[in-house]
Amino acid sequence: MACETKGCQCGCSTPAFAELAPVLEKYAKVPGSLITILQKAQDIYGYLSMDTINYISECTGIAPAKIYGVVTFYAQFRLKPVGKYLIMLCQGTACHVNGAKIIAETICEYLNIQDGETTEDGLFTLNNVACLGCCSLAPVMMIKSAEGDETYGNLTKDSVKAILDEIRARDAQEVK
Amino acid sequence: MKIVVGQGSCGIATGAKKTSAEFERLIAEKNLDVKLDKTGCIGTCYLEPIVDIYGDDGKLDTRYVKVQPEKVAEIVEKHIIGGEVVEEYAISDVDKAFIDKQKRIVLRNCGLINPESIDEYIAVGGYEATRKVITSMTQDEVIEEIKISGLRGRGGAGFPTWFKWNAAKSNPGKDKYMVCNADEGDPGAFMDRSVLEGDPHSLIEGMIIGGFAMGATEGIIYVRAEYPLAITRLEMAMEQARERGFLGKNLFGTGYNFDLRIKAGAGAFVCGEETALIASLEGERGMPRLKPPFPAQKGYWQQPTNINNVETFANVAWIINNGGAAFGAMGTEKSKGTKVFALAGKIKKGGLIEVPMGLPLKDIIFGIGDGIKNDKQFKAVQMGGPSGGCIPASMIDTPVDYENINKTGAIVGSGGMIVMDENTCMVDMARYFLDFTRKESCGKCNYCRIGTKRMLEILERITEGEGRDGDIELLEELANKIKDGSLCALGGTAPNPVLTTLRHFRNEYEDHIYRKKCTALSCKPLLTYSITAEACKSCSLCSRKCPVGAISGEKGVPYVIDTEKCIKCGKCLESCKFGAVVVE
Repeated sequence: MACETKGCQCGCSTPAFAELAPVLEKYAKVPGSLITILQKAQDIYGYLSMDTINYISECTGIAPAKIYGVVTFYAQFRLKPVGKYLIMLCQGTACHVNGAKIIAETICEYLNIQDGETTEDGLFTLNNVACLGCCSLAPVMMIKSAEGDETYGNLTKDSVKAILDEIRARDAQEVK
Repeated sequence: MKIVVGQGSCGIATGAKKTSAEFERLIAEKNLDVKLDKTGCIGTCYLEPIVDIYGDDGKLDTRYVKVQPEKVAEIVEKHIIGGEVVEEYAISDVDKAFIDKQKRIVLRNCGLINPESIDEYIAVGGYEATRKVITSMTQDEVIEEIKISGLRGRGGAGFPTWFKWNAAKSNPGKDKYMVCNADEGDPGAFMDRSVLEGDPHSLIEGMIIGGFAMGATEGIIYVRAEYPLAITRLEMAMEQARERGFLGKNLFGTGYNFDLRIKAGAGAFVCGEETALIASLEGERGMPRLKPPFPAQKGYWQQPTNINNVETFANVAWIINNGGAAFGAMGTEKSKGTKVFALAGKIKKGGLIEVPMGLPLKDIIFGIGDGIKNDKQFKAVQMGGPSGGCIPASMIDTPVDYENINKTGAIVGSGGMIVMDENTCMVDMARYFLDFTRKESCGKCNYCRIGTKRMLEILERITEGEGRDGDIELLEELANKIKDGSLCALGGTAPNPVLTTLRHFRNEYEDHIYRKKCTALSCKPLLTYSITAEACKSCSLCSRKCPVGAISGEKGVPYVIDTEKCIKCGKCLESCKFGAVVVE
């Protein structure tokens, strides 16, 4: 074991970072594994909290400042939690030429959030991303959730609203 | 009989999974003796989802296009059970020509075989080249064959592949590494994704052969995290290759060891630069360093390392099987072989195409892509992404090879071709790319970090109608200094989109700055909406649609837009049934 797993702060019996510990056990001492560790941590927790960064630092011996430097360098890493559905709106060239801006404005207006923000109900987060590689279907967005990744192409002002409505309705159904 | 549903990312985005599920349901329900399979992307993205029906002889019988789930029942009923082709949904001759006009080497298996089955890959001659190389050729013979082929790096720089392999072979090192750059960061290019998703074994084969030639024992594939399906299929393919003994220890009993692993990139365009990619592989911030030493001398963990792009590797097995001369016979004198282009933007038939180098732009855009969407005027094509430039309509006869495209100020790059029509503003395009490079600059060099920011500010000002006399000259001065003052190619090429648009479309910049007009009608702050009195029927619809109450009038009198209040949302233009609202 690379380092001790601390108990959860809230007093429950689950140790903190229980899911991350095996990842660190495997990679902590393998040189050059920091990005892999961070990716797995983000997969588990949805984002990288300062606590997570400090924990990774303790286990790997890499300074938190350096980890923070790597985290903020790459577009993939997030320091804030995201909504249940992560909207990745493509800003590639083909999408730009085919009106991605209008789609972005529509989503911002419809959900009342800006790029990088999450709706109040915690359902949607909007992220403008670099090319998703589905250029022939521009404009495109990918929605990531626990159910998997779904890509939507040939978006219009109306279709994007319909997609968001459908997800919201489906989610409400599930919650019931 | 076999039904094959195309399931690349584009196919899935248009509903291919639902189509496949519908076939599965009906096959079970009707208890049919039909096999259901999947394949990668054939490249005709505008026709997805695509369904191929193969006869019992294994030959393609019919290709159906745009098969939404609701069309499935009819195809099953009439064709699968009744044996009669549903002509209405079958691919047209014109669309067939989209594929037939191409010369497919890199994409030879994409959209034909099941990428998740190594048996299908082996059935089309897969791993023959690997066997031949490892059991009967020397390292130098492999490099010589690639040299004869004239293959040049398909990632952007166009550096001869044999030269890099030879350099990595010649430099001494304890361990040597073969790296595949699958971090396709160029917005508007997706050929690598298609190969990874549609024919992962061809990449693996290329890496084994290259790895053998340079004397590497380990290969690393650096893939973008944005391509989850590609990563899944690659992992599957690697596992299958290991089971068959194509990867691992003692390959073909020769004692040669070679294995592969995947490293998921974390999203940074600069990691397309070799030294930045290596830094990222080592878990660091992806920042480039000075060359020399080149990666072939001191790369990953200071060992000799060779980096090639996905498309480059996908050519290798074909070259070994067919001979370097056969590859070199295609293309032009200095640009050999074929190249895959991602045709997108305002084009009628977008998708992936592979053609011999040297084909004129016109043949690609109008011959294969069938021209401009909605029959608008062709204005320019952007090639090479953020490092490239815009080629104007007047240069449409330019042959597409490294040398001729460079002359226009653009680059072949990784092969993205974004077609633009009369409604694309070239100043806005330059602004778009500068915004991209500004965000993606790693920050190491001052000129790249601050210079791109300053250029972006000027371009933003121009597109917002605040352009000033002297802006063009300032842009040019900054552009040249950024080119000179940057360490790597990101900064060195970042000003290209501005320089090429200034070269070919200077009048548009002048219109924005001096006349405060955007002739493409794209830059909102420069537009003016008005109502033509003669055409207005005073129906009041526009006035009711206007979100800021900027339109006033009454029955019998033409309506008027208050330009002070107008926010230029365009709702009046959309709503007017008489064409009375004009924008200029």
